[in-house]
Amino acid sequence: MDKENIIISLQGVTKVFDGTTVVDNFNLDITKGEFVTFLGPSGCGKTTTLRMIAGFELPTSGVILLNGQDISLLPPYKRPINTVFQRYALFAHLNIYNNIAFGLKLKKIPYETVDKKGNPVTKFRHLTKAEIKEKVERALKVVDLEGFEKRDISTLSGGQQQRIAIARAIVNEPEILLLDEPLGALDLKMRKEMQLELKAMHKKLGITFIYVTHDQEEALTMSDTIVVMNDGEIQQVGKPKEIYDEPNNAFVADFIGESNIYTGTMAKDNKVRFLNKYWDADPVDFGKFPVNEKVDVVVRPEDFILGKAGSGVVDGVVTSKIFKGMHYEYIINVGKSEVIVQSTAELDEGIKVGLNVEPVNIQIMKKPFVSNFYDGYITKDYKVEFANAEFDVDVLPLFPGAKIDENEVLIDDKGNEIDVVDMEINVEVPFEAITISDDPEASDIHGHIISLIYLGDHYEIIVRTDDEEDFVLNTPDLWNENDEVSVIIDKSQIHLSRKGAKK
Amino acid sequence: MEEVARRQRSRFNFRASLSIPFFVFMVFFVVVPLFLIVYFSLTDDQGHFYFDNWRLIFTAGDKWKTIGLTFEIAILTTIICILIAYPIAFILSNKKFNKNKILVYFFVLPMWVNFVVRTMALRDMVNEMFENLFNFQLTAKYPVAGTVVGMVYDYLPFAILPLYNQMLKMDKNQIEAAADLGANPFIVFFKVILPMTVPGIISAATMTFMPTMSSYVVAEQMGNGKVSIIGTLIESYVNTIHDKNAASILSLVMLFIIGISLVVEKFFTKKDEDRKVGIW
Repeated sequence: MDKENIIISLQGVTKVFDGTTVVDNFNLDITKGEFVTFLGPSGCGKTTTLRMIAGFELPTSGVILLNGQDISLLPPYKRPINTVFQRYALFAHLNIYNNIAFGLKLKKIPYETVDKKGNPVTKFRHLTKAEIKEKVERALKVVDLEGFEKRDISTLSGGQQQRIAIARAIVNEPEILLLDEPLGALDLKMRKEMQLELKAMHKKLGITFIYVTHDQEEALTMSDTIVVMNDGEIQQVGKPKEIYDEPNNAFVADFIGESNIYTGTMAKDNKVRFLNKYWDADPVDFGKFPVNEKVDVVVRPEDFILGKAGSGVVDGVVTSKIFKGMHYEYIINVGKSEVIVQSTAELDEGIKVGLNVEPVNIQIMKKPFVSNFYDGYITKDYKVEFANAEFDVDVLPLFPGAKIDENEVLIDDKGNEIDVVDMEINVEVPFEAITISDDPEASDIHGHIISLIYLGDHYEIIVRTDDEEDFVLNTPDLWNENDEVSVIIDKSQIHLSRKGAKK
Repeated sequence: MEEVARRQRSRFNFRASLSIPFFVFMVFFVVVPLFLIVYFSLTDDQGHFYFDNWRLIFTAGDKWKTIGLTFEIAILTTIICILIAYPIAFILSNKKFNKNKILVYFFVLPMWVNFVVRTMALRDMVNEMFENLFNFQLTAKYPVAGTVVGMVYDYLPFAILPLYNQMLKMDKNQIEAAADLGANPFIVFFKVILPMTVPGIISAATMTFMPTMSSYVVAEQMGNGKVSIIGTLIESYVNTIHDKNAASILSLVMLFIIGISLVVEKFFTKKDEDRKVGIW
C-alpha cells in the first residue's frame, strides 16, 4: 500500500473494559478517500474501535496515527474527525440551522495578515456569519433538505433526522467521517435509498468514510474495503468481492452471504474429500495443506452446478424448493449432509440430481484448531483440574519412570518424592471428546452456547462457562444459541503435557 | 348495540365515581378553608364585613418592607440553592460516582428529620463555629444572613432532586456529539448540558422559592427573632396578636405571590411539554 496516502493507522490497538478484552491487537491502515466498513456481529468490538478513533474511548494499549501524528490520547474536540451517531444525537434545543452550524461556529481558520512591522503572520479567526450560512446551505443541499433551516428537530422524520446528522458532520469538512450504524433505525426501503445516497456522497466529497454495521449486505453494497471482526479481532480485511469469494475462515464465510461449510480432509493428488467424495481442489490451494489435514471447505450456493444424476461428483435428492424471484433455492440431501444450492433451473422435489463444482469455487480453509486447550494443574490427589472441574486423568505419563508408591505418593525412578501438587500443565481436549447435555446433573461444567455454525452434516458449537472458558465441539444435533448445557468430557481423550517441556 | 352502549355508559359512570373521594377531600380541605380565609379577610373579629382591614394592613406598619424582605430572602435562597445543587446533582447523576444511588439518599436524608429540630441544630452549630472563628454569633449579628443560611440548608434537597432527575435523563450522545464537533468541555457545558437541564433548573427554582416564601420557622430560629418576613408576621398575628383576620389577608397575599411564581414557571416551561420532573 502507498505509505504516503495512509490517513489513519491503528497499530496494536487494544481496549480492555473491566478485565474483558473488547478489542484485541487491532492493526489497520486506511488510505485517504477510502470507504472502509467494520463488519461483525454485535459485541465484536467494531463500535469500540470506532469510538477510539473518534476519541470517546482511549485505547488500553497501542497507538492511533492520523497523518503520521499520534492522536491516541487527544480529546475528541481536537480531532479533525466527525461522527454520525446511531441515534442521531441532534441537539433538541436548537433548530436545524443551529444544529448544522454548531461545529462551524466553534471552528477557527488560519488567515494571512501583516503585523505592525509589515511582517506576514498567520492568525486565526472565526468564520463570518455569511460564510457559515453559505456552508450550512450547501450541506443541506448535499443531504437534499434545502429550506429546512428554521424547522425544529422534533418535526422531522427518522430519515430526515439522519440526513441532518450527516449534514452536521460533513459541514465541518472532516478528514475522516465516522458512521456508527447510521441506518440502523430506518426501515428497509429508506435504508436502501440512504445506502446509495451515502455512497454517492462519499464519491462527491472525497473524504474517508469509516462505517460500522452488522448488516453484511450493507457492507458489500457500499464499501471499498471491509474489515470483518469477531470477538474483538480482525478476521479478514479485503475488498467486498475478495471477502465474499475468498473467505479466510468459516466465520467469515458463514457471516458474509449464505454458505455451505463442510469439514473436509486433504487427499493425495490435490484432491479434497468432503460430502464423502473426492473433489479437485482449487489450484491456488495446491501444496498449501499436508495430506490428511482436516480443513474447512466452503462452497457458495450459487457455485454448485446441477446436472442429471450421475453426471456430477456426487448425487443428492432435492428435498426443498423455494422460489426467490431471480432463482430457486434448493436444499439437496447428500447422505446425511445438506447442500443449499441456488439455480435458475426449475426442479421438482424428490428427484435425484448430480452435483458438481468448479475447482476455483471450492474454498479450502485451515481449520482454526481441532482441539480445545486449557491451563490446568495437578491436585493433591494426582488428579487434574481445569475449567474449575476435576478430572481423574492419569498424570504418570507426564513423568517418565515415575510411579505411585504404597503411601500414595508420586516417586521418581530413584524413589524420591516428586512435588507435583499445583504444578501447572497444558490440557488438550479434542472436539470429539466433548458432548453436551441439557441435563444439569450430567457434569460439573455448565455453560451456555455462544455460537453455532452449520457444517453441512453437523454443527460446530462453542459453549462458554461462567468463568469464560470456551469449549468447542461438534454435534449432529441442533441446539439454540444461549441454551444452558452441561459439558461432558470423555476423560480418556484428554491429553496432558508439561508446560515448557518440548513434546 | 343498546347493550354495548349501556355497558359503556355504566363503565364510564363507574370510573367517574372513583374521583368522588378526591372531590370530597378537595372540597373539605382546600375549597372550604380557602373560602374561610377569604371570609376572615373581609370581616372583623365580630364577624361583620369590614373592608378597611385590607387598607389598614398595608398602610399600618411596614408590611411592604416585610413583603420585600421575604422576596429578597426567597430569591437569594433560590439562587444559592441552585448554585450549590447544580454541581452536586451533576456529580450524583454520574454513575461512576453514584453507583447504587446511595449518595443521593445522603443528600436527601436531612429532609426526613424534623424541620424544627434540624434548624435548631444548624443554628447552634453555626453559632458555635462563628463564635470560635470570628468571636460573634452569626444569627445575632447578621440575622438576615443567618436566615438565608438556614433556608439554603433546609431547602437544598428540594433543589437537588429535580436537577438530579433531569440530569439522569440527559442524552449523553448529545454531549459526545458536541465534543465531536469541536466543543471543549467548557463550551459543551454552556451550549449543551445547561440548555438540556433548564427544565430541571426551573423546577428546582419553584421547589425552593415556594417554601421559602411561606416558611417562618427558619426566620424565627436563624434570625434570632429579629427577621420579619411574611411567615413570621402571620405567625405573630395568629399566636401573639390573635388577629386571624389580618393573618388571613397576609395569607392571601402570600398565596397570590406563589400563584404568580407558578405562572412564571409555566411560562418558562411552556415549550417543553413532555417534562416530567418532580420529586413526588
